[in-house]
Amino acid sequence: MAQVVQTHSAKPHLPPDGRQGFVSDWASDQQVFKNVSWGKAMMWIFLLSDTFIFGCFLIAYMTARMSTVVPWPNPSEVFALTIGGHDIPLILIAIMTFVLITSSGTMAMAVNYGYRRDRRMTALLMLVTAIFGAAFVGMQAFEWTKLIHEGVRPWENPWGAAQFGSTFFMITGFHGTHVTIGVIFLLIIARKVWRGDFDTERRGFFTSRKGRYEIVEITGLYWHFVDLVWVFIFAFFYLW
Amino acid sequence: MVEASGAGEVIPPAAVEDVELYHPHSWWTRYVFSQDAKVIAIQYSCTAIAIGMVALVLSWLMRIQLAFPGALAFLDAERYFQFITMHGMIMVIYLLTALFLGGFGNYLIPLMVGARDMVFPYANMLSYWLYFVAVLVLVASFFASGGPTGAGWTLYPPQAILSNTPGGQDWGIVLMLVSLIIFIIGFTMGGLNYAVTVLQGRTRGMTLMRMPLTVWGIFTATVMALFAFPALFVACVMMLFDRLAGTSFFMPAIVEMGEQLKHGGGSPILFQHLFWFFGHPEVYIVALPAFGIVSDLISTHARKNIFGYRMMVWAIVIIGALSFVVWAHHMYVSGMNPYFGFFFATTTLIIAVPTALKVYNWTLTLWRGNIHLTLPMLFALAFIVTFVNGGLTGLFLGNVVVDVPLSDTMFVVAHFHMVMGVAPILVIFGAIYHWYPKITGRMLNEGMGQVHFWITFLGAYLIFFPMHYVGLVGVPRRYNEIGETSFVPESVHDLNVFITVMALVVGAAQILFLFNLAWSLRHGRDAGGNPWRATTLEWQTPQTPPAHGNWGRELPVVYRWAYDYSVPGAPEDFIPQNQPGTFPTREAGA
Repeated sequence: MAQVVQTHSAKPHLPPDGRQGFVSDWASDQQVFKNVSWGKAMMWIFLLSDTFIFGCFLIAYMTARMSTVVPWPNPSEVFALTIGGHDIPLILIAIMTFVLITSSGTMAMAVNYGYRRDRRMTALLMLVTAIFGAAFVGMQAFEWTKLIHEGVRPWENPWGAAQFGSTFFMITGFHGTHVTIGVIFLLIIARKVWRGDFDTERRGFFTSRKGRYEIVEITGLYWHFVDLVWVFIFAFFYLW
Repeated sequence: MVEASGAGEVIPPAAVEDVELYHPHSWWTRYVFSQDAKVIAIQYSCTAIAIGMVALVLSWLMRIQLAFPGALAFLDAERYFQFITMHGMIMVIYLLTALFLGGFGNYLIPLMVGARDMVFPYANMLSYWLYFVAVLVLVASFFASGGPTGAGWTLYPPQAILSNTPGGQDWGIVLMLVSLIIFIIGFTMGGLNYAVTVLQGRTRGMTLMRMPLTVWGIFTATVMALFAFPALFVACVMMLFDRLAGTSFFMPAIVEMGEQLKHGGGSPILFQHLFWFFGHPEVYIVALPAFGIVSDLISTHARKNIFGYRMMVWAIVIIGALSFVVWAHHMYVSGMNPYFGFFFATTTLIIAVPTALKVYNWTLTLWRGNIHLTLPMLFALAFIVTFVNGGLTGLFLGNVVVDVPLSDTMFVVAHFHMVMGVAPILVIFGAIYHWYPKITGRMLNEGMGQVHFWITFLGAYLIFFPMHYVGLVGVPRRYNEIGETSFVPESVHDLNVFITVMALVVGAAQILFLFNLAWSLRHGRDAGGNPWRATTLEWQTPQTPPAHGNWGRELPVVYRWAYDYSVPGAPEDFIPQNQPGTFPTREAGA
């Protein structure tokens, strides 16, 4: 398949510039995004779509919060932990955020080692990322438990607007589900990397296609996205 | 890379190595859990048409109730509400969206861009089966206690989940929402496939500006759906919580039957915004594939290149983008700041510009064309007329002051049935008559097709033209009977009977169409590979119907745009896209 064929008329013509050039670059042959694999393109488009989901959730939350006529519970008090006799506001959230951001760092390193085809380091770093992710979900479970013990329910809470509990459980729950799926995804890919599937071109169980180390980067895209979404949830839910 | 002597553009070798296809070994993996986009397309289409027939029967029952109130003993007010809800939801989502994107998208995208299959065949298979489950859940609500939801297809809260609405405190609304959520997840899997296949999976020489407009329409609609369905997904999830977990996202403080409900503080308007942020793009998710397909039908059957190809592409893209900023024109009567009403009315009317541009271009394509009045052409012409008619009433309803008195009357029903019911359905019929020979290798029967066309086309007008009048005199929609009301003249009752009779006739004509589909499978005239003498790639496959992998050993190479019809000096009146050589082309530059 190495032959070159002429698919456009041979009449002399210069590459157009300006708007026309912009269009013809984007519309050019075979691929819009040169050297971007199908998997990566799919993940990017999926993440754009997912952005709309989280965007709708957050806008719905902001609408509820801005239009409510009863007081909104104060996040720095609600999300405070008593440690050594002191109420420290947002301490758990700070740790959770730190853990998740750190996991993005280990993920980026895993991608780097993946492209060097360093099987062991890649798998190890993905495992570390997954552990950070699981720790995040664990702390979230702790936070949920604490709030539920204090009487927060989706339909009511002791401090004010009922929508506080509903939006909190829905948005953090949906994000936590994303993290959990990411952890599972990471573990599956880490196992494949460890086993050397991408060196031996072993075929996938479901798709019967050969995997490549690029899947590490695609997993990474998803993971960074989930991380980025958390930054917005953190800003709009906890800091507001 | 080699530069040709005239500094012409030379395309390097294939950017992506030829894909390895999954080769099915058993009947199950070949025809049931198939990963072949063509089989998936047929599965999608058959399921969509089957559930669409349910919706058709529901519309018959509703029309019988409106013309002869009480004639059917079981059809009380609750049943009527359930039927309008299910009719609307099935037709918009489970028939039109699934058929255009899942059916035509799956069949035509890989063939038209010269790919062997969708880029992710396994996800594509899952997409269909999730759609199938969504349909099953939807059908299950007919058999659940309390029956399906009767909230109206827009599912507005708070009434959607109150006990006096059919299915509100039973299973109806829950199954509806769950079904939609499954549908959206399934669609996302398919939609990612369609988008990536168009963006990254084209064959050599197939630039975006050489794609047939069908692919442009389906592609733009897919991208829109990927951004619009999330809003519906979120709305469904939140309403499910309101119904099952006792939250109050959409539920204000409310007294029902003298009893204060536990809800309070939610915003019903929020649901309307989320719903219509999905709902308006949805109109164009259905319309844009129709625009694309009809362009190809007209060009092929008028033996003339489409007029203003690049303009058509831009019009599709601009309509798609604009349709995201017009949603609140469905909410004028919900109450909003007058400046918002002004904004949304303005954006709504601006959409008329690219849309009118497309209509002009279709007309100019026909002008002095060599028009063959084949069945696909008849349906395409019928579409243009119907779309203009439906679109004109859209200009009325897009203006706040005109919309307010007309809102929630039968005028609105007539409007959206013309513009997004009849018009896209006519394109679907045209497309089926056009591509059936490729899918099966046989032509559909012409005689039955003519009967089907004329009854459907004229019948649709006899149904929906009088309905405009019924709406103008003030008959509200969603009423199971009007009774004796001073403002409703006697003529409305006569018209209602007339509309109902016509609806029964047009519905029956569809049974003839289905019979034709089945009959021609065995008895149709042999079609050959390219019966319409069309230029696009799907007609150039080595086998008809196309085999697994579509193209045999070598992928096609594209040398020209999709519309080289009646090129002066060419030996035939069409030049296939994959034909090399020095024949002149009318392709626009770049």
